[in-house]
Amino acid sequence: MTAVPDSAERPAPPLSPEGYLVEMRDISVSFGGVHAVNEVSINLRPGEVLGLVGGNGAGKSTLMKVLSGAQIPDSGDILIGGQVATIHNPRDARSYGIECIYQTLALADNLDASANVFLGRELVQRTGVLDDAAMEDATRRLMKRLNPRFQNFRSAVESLSGGQRQSVAIARAIQFNATILIMDEPTAALGPAETAQVRDLIRQLKTEGLGIFLISHDIHDVFDLADRISVMYHGRIVDTLDKDKVTTDEVLGMIILGKKPGEVTREELDAFRIAG
Amino acid sequence: MSEAVTPTPTPSIGDRLRQLPQAGGALARTADVDTRLIGLVAALAIIWIGFNIATGGSFLTARNLWNLSVQSASIAIMATGMVLVIVSRNIDLSVGSMLGFIGYTMAMAQTAWFPDGLGLGLGHPAIWILTVILGLVLGLAVGLLQGFVIAYGFIPSFIVTLGGLLVWRGLIFQYAQGQTIAPLDTTFRLLGGGPQGSLGEWGSWAVGIIATVVVVTGLFLLRRRRAKYGFQIRPIWATVVLGVIAAVVILGAVWVVNAYPWPENLANQYAQQNGIEVPPGGLVIPTGIAFPVLITIGVAIVMTHLAERRRFGRNVYAIGGNPQAAELSGINTKRSVMLVFGVMGLLAGVSAIVQTARLNAAVTGLGVTNELDVISAAVIGGTSFLGGIGTIPGAVLGAVVMQSLRSGMVQMRVDSPTQDIVVGIVLVAAVGFDAWLRRRST
Repeated sequence: MTAVPDSAERPAPPLSPEGYLVEMRDISVSFGGVHAVNEVSINLRPGEVLGLVGGNGAGKSTLMKVLSGAQIPDSGDILIGGQVATIHNPRDARSYGIECIYQTLALADNLDASANVFLGRELVQRTGVLDDAAMEDATRRLMKRLNPRFQNFRSAVESLSGGQRQSVAIARAIQFNATILIMDEPTAALGPAETAQVRDLIRQLKTEGLGIFLISHDIHDVFDLADRISVMYHGRIVDTLDKDKVTTDEVLGMIILGKKPGEVTREELDAFRIAG
Repeated sequence: MSEAVTPTPTPSIGDRLRQLPQAGGALARTADVDTRLIGLVAALAIIWIGFNIATGGSFLTARNLWNLSVQSASIAIMATGMVLVIVSRNIDLSVGSMLGFIGYTMAMAQTAWFPDGLGLGLGHPAIWILTVILGLVLGLAVGLLQGFVIAYGFIPSFIVTLGGLLVWRGLIFQYAQGQTIAPLDTTFRLLGGGPQGSLGEWGSWAVGIIATVVVVTGLFLLRRRRAKYGFQIRPIWATVVLGVIAAVVILGAVWVVNAYPWPENLANQYAQQNGIEVPPGGLVIPTGIAFPVLITIGVAIVMTHLAERRRFGRNVYAIGGNPQAAELSGINTKRSVMLVFGVMGLLAGVSAIVQTARLNAAVTGLGVTNELDVISAAVIGGTSFLGGIGTIPGAVLGAVVMQSLRSGMVQMRVDSPTQDIVVGIVLVAAVGFDAWLRRRST
């Protein structure tokens, strides 16, 4: 795989004095009295992959929806490049260079690949008429890298395989020079070969300076790709640790028990080992 | 592709027949044409030929086809808007009542408000223009109002337009008190068709030739544009064949409507007024394309452009395909839905012009049950109630199919209840067949 098109021309994103691309501070979201996300703070540097793990309902997806503009938080701030950002909807998020690849992929199944890549940001000619040829051309060039075997440019995406659909969703996220990428379970629906392909792609995007939030159930995905790992449990961050300073067992313990490795008692660990 | 067309070494007749649909599909794919639309044209051909045989040759006459074209116009116009409504996962049950309400208001305007209120006097040449503008503006406003309530009030379109169906019809009765308004402005009447409300021989040929040139040029321009990017393009034979078919269909249609002459007494009247000597066989004045048909064609072109070549249309199809995805991709889905209903209202206004002009009157029952015909036309034309799928040309053909069934049955002296039964069964069967084809293809 070669470089993302136009990556050389990508302007360096603004960073906070501490070198952060994005900082989320004390974010809270509750649904009818249930704290889905409870005063969570998290940050991301350029060229970094932050693995976000936790059980079902731990609040990972809700937290990321706040960043992508799909969920308005009850309280808390988002800082992009050290400046407070106002994100009320997905359009706002995109204007800050935040792109999200949803687990459901959020594709319009009745439209073809290029219509999906350019959904909501269609290219038009001077007359205001859609420039389908230019959109297809850009999509073809992007796909040549992401998924060279992809050929079905004119079929509705509902007729494509899981991997092909995933590449359409990824193409959409990186077409517009995003600086912050959110990937929600990017490999959950894929076979081994396609998973390997997506992993390669994530590594490549990382070298190009994108910051990536990676939500995954797959602990191997996370250890393979992430620089730091944040564990969420019942709406809170248990801890954020460098990947090199933690073992998979410790992370699993945090996911299941909601406690830092040092805080886990002998009895809990034994119970966990027996259960495991 | 070619393997699918080439028959196996020694196929029996049965094998050949069974391969025919597949071979046809492969051929259509190679030529890059819409198979669904071809199916619709085939169905229409079967209906026309069937009725022609059943009526002893009176169906496929210039006179009947001309009438058919005028009778289909009003429903076809609204069906183009209903496609976008249904594609966006909504429904509009109010189009018939909206049409009645707009038609009635226009009738009052051209017979009372403009001549008396503005003091223009009956028959003033500005009246028809003012009336048309009023009808279009009113239609757009009523449609946008309903769309606003649907999109921003979070009330299902079924409910809002069911309410609209009652409200607009109720308003007609309230201010018309059951009265029929007739006759209408003499110029306005021409918009409804009739011998004088048609383009005539040379006007029709001019429209036909311009249309042919535009279509053929468009086919080749598209080809060049795709070739510029190095995309796969239609084989040249397919482009040429499509161009020839388009030319034959367009010019053939013009030839048919020109083969329908003015009625004899009207022609004689015209001859007398203009001091023309009537030849021995009677004066033959070709009628040509009726204005309502011209309006329908114009509407269909504009709507197709809107649906397929504009951001608005692309966004509407995206909303129908996956509303969440559309919202997440930053499309202003509420605004799009409101505009869809605005367009629908505008088209109800256009149809109101055509229908009142054709009737030369506004009656309280104007447009009653039109919503059912319009929805049926869109659905027969391949629009899916699941959203995201449907074409404007399909809906226009759907309207022609419906009207062909009705007028064919009238000619066979089938009574009106039986007509309803047949149309109802055809509607359900068409959707069932479509769903079956779709299941098989995936």
